[in-house]
Amino acid sequence: MSKYLLKLYVTGRTPRSERAISNLKRICEEELQGQYEMVIIDVLERPQLAEEEKILATPTLIKQLPPPLRRIIGDLSDTEKVLLGLDILPFGKVKTSKEGEV
Amino acid sequence: MFNFPNSYVEKLPTGIPGFDHISKGGLPKNRTTLVSGTSGSAKTVFAVQFLAAGIIQSEESGVFVTFEESPADIRKNFLSLGFDIAQWEAEGRWLFVDASPQIGDSPFESGSYDLGALLARIEYAIRKIQAKRVSIDSLGAIFNQLSHRATIRRELHRIANALKKLGVTAVMTAERTQEYGNIARFDVEEFVADNVIILRNVLDEEKRRRTIEILKFRGTDHQKGEFPFTIIPNEGVVIIPLSAIELKQKSSDYRVSSGNANLDKMCGGGFFRDSIVLVSGATGTGKTLMVTEFMSKLSTNDKCLLFAFEESREQLFRNARGWGMNFEKLEQDGRLKVVCEYPEVMGLEDHLIKIKEIISEFKPNRVAVDSLSALERVSTTKGFREFVIGLTSFIKHQEIVGLFTSTTPTLMGGTSVTETHISTLTDSIILLRYVEVYGEIKRCITVLKMRGSMHDKEIREFTIDNTGMHIGKPFRNITGILSGKPIFIQQKEIERLGSMFEDQK
Repeated sequence: MSKYLLKLYVTGRTPRSERAISNLKRICEEELQGQYEMVIIDVLERPQLAEEEKILATPTLIKQLPPPLRRIIGDLSDTEKVLLGLDILPFGKVKTSKEGEV
Repeated sequence: MFNFPNSYVEKLPTGIPGFDHISKGGLPKNRTTLVSGTSGSAKTVFAVQFLAAGIIQSEESGVFVTFEESPADIRKNFLSLGFDIAQWEAEGRWLFVDASPQIGDSPFESGSYDLGALLARIEYAIRKIQAKRVSIDSLGAIFNQLSHRATIRRELHRIANALKKLGVTAVMTAERTQEYGNIARFDVEEFVADNVIILRNVLDEEKRRRTIEILKFRGTDHQKGEFPFTIIPNEGVVIIPLSAIELKQKSSDYRVSSGNANLDKMCGGGFFRDSIVLVSGATGTGKTLMVTEFMSKLSTNDKCLLFAFEESREQLFRNARGWGMNFEKLEQDGRLKVVCEYPEVMGLEDHLIKIKEIISEFKPNRVAVDSLSALERVSTTKGFREFVIGLTSFIKHQEIVGLFTSTTPTLMGGTSVTETHISTLTDSIILLRYVEVYGEIKRCITVLKMRGSMHDKEIREFTIDNTGMHIGKPFRNITGILSGKPIFIQQKEIERLGSMFEDQK
């Protein structure tokens, strides 16, 4: 399993930022078993970084490594979407599980 | 008794030609104005020009937030309009905040979010170059990038509020789907409803007509209604403010020769300066000849400018030679300038701006337009009327005498649409008509109207030969020339009619 490089862009210490950080930590612990590096960037402190990455919404999670680069926006409360975005969960699997629920 | 120190809404002059006039001073300062329009209505041009004018004219730097086109595209597109954005960026007077869609997958959305990062970037950019102006283009595009509309709406409202606190004057553009319908898509007007400008690009009689309308400026005054505008290289949006026209033109007793001694006599001594003369006649009656004579007999201080929309330079010069006049010499001396153009090469708004530019540059004291009727065919009725009003008022303010020609649609008698539009704007009207006299076509001339002067009331015959126009005697025994149905009367009848009035004395 290759190592993950994750960047999380937040705006200040808002409840939404805190939620995103804790959601991300939980998912990483559960799914990536330490095989990750997580960077949290506060765009209020470092707007230049947000400009370079063309960040629009916060929170935004960027999966820098492994490729392909992916963006996930929101407080990461929808775990399934996060797993999809991180390519941990294949597309097909999610679809069948959803169909099963219906 | 009452004192409202802060009730006055200050305005920021935009520098967009004509806009500061129709908005009575510019955009409301430190506020956000929504500019809404259909696809292709020049929203982006307006947004770019708002910043460009600030940089060029008042040393105010600007931040451009783009949701739609990439900065590279904008730089390239506006270079053709003469705006060197890359240069301004290098000088730190222009900064892009690029929020255009990035290549690749659209982002996954997981849970709630806000546009805090965008706001932080905009604030950062404004502080970095101390911007006074901000353009955001265009709001509709961000609704296509992100799915949660209620969130975007709330966040855009927050951005508009934040801009106010930062002391910048902002323009936000938005799309609309119909020229006359809802203000904008996605109801964006709800959060920047203080000031709304609408750009239109209406298809009318197979011609495009661009207009700008200020729908509302909260707490401050502006001109009402739609104003035509056009986009021209090196200037961008140029609004033609018809309401700028004031009936304040000077009027002088100074007379200018028409170039024909007998016509001067008919007009009571020549045309007035600061006046517009309309020459109306069917094709071939001698309108262009009148224009040629008007231009050729120049006194030493005269400078004459001709706009020809029917004949080419070579034709005009050849015809003038045929009448014994040397245009080449006059042009070499810098006393004559001939501008020939097909009316179809551009819209009437562009023609008007070009004509004004040339007049301001050449500074003539005589201007001739041959013919207005040719210009009429490239425009709608309304557009043409606006053109004529704009042109006549401009000319009258410049101490110029103007000679316009107009072609009547019928050979005998009749008036043209052109005349009905401009007859009240012109100070003098000269009619050239054909008269059928016992199987022969003769030409006649009459001065129908001449403001502020006595003039000849008779309908005179004139002939054209290789030395020009020769005005002769009045038609005494023909009546009904102007109606196109001449009736011949006997000499006895004329004497009887003449004596009828004498008897009453």
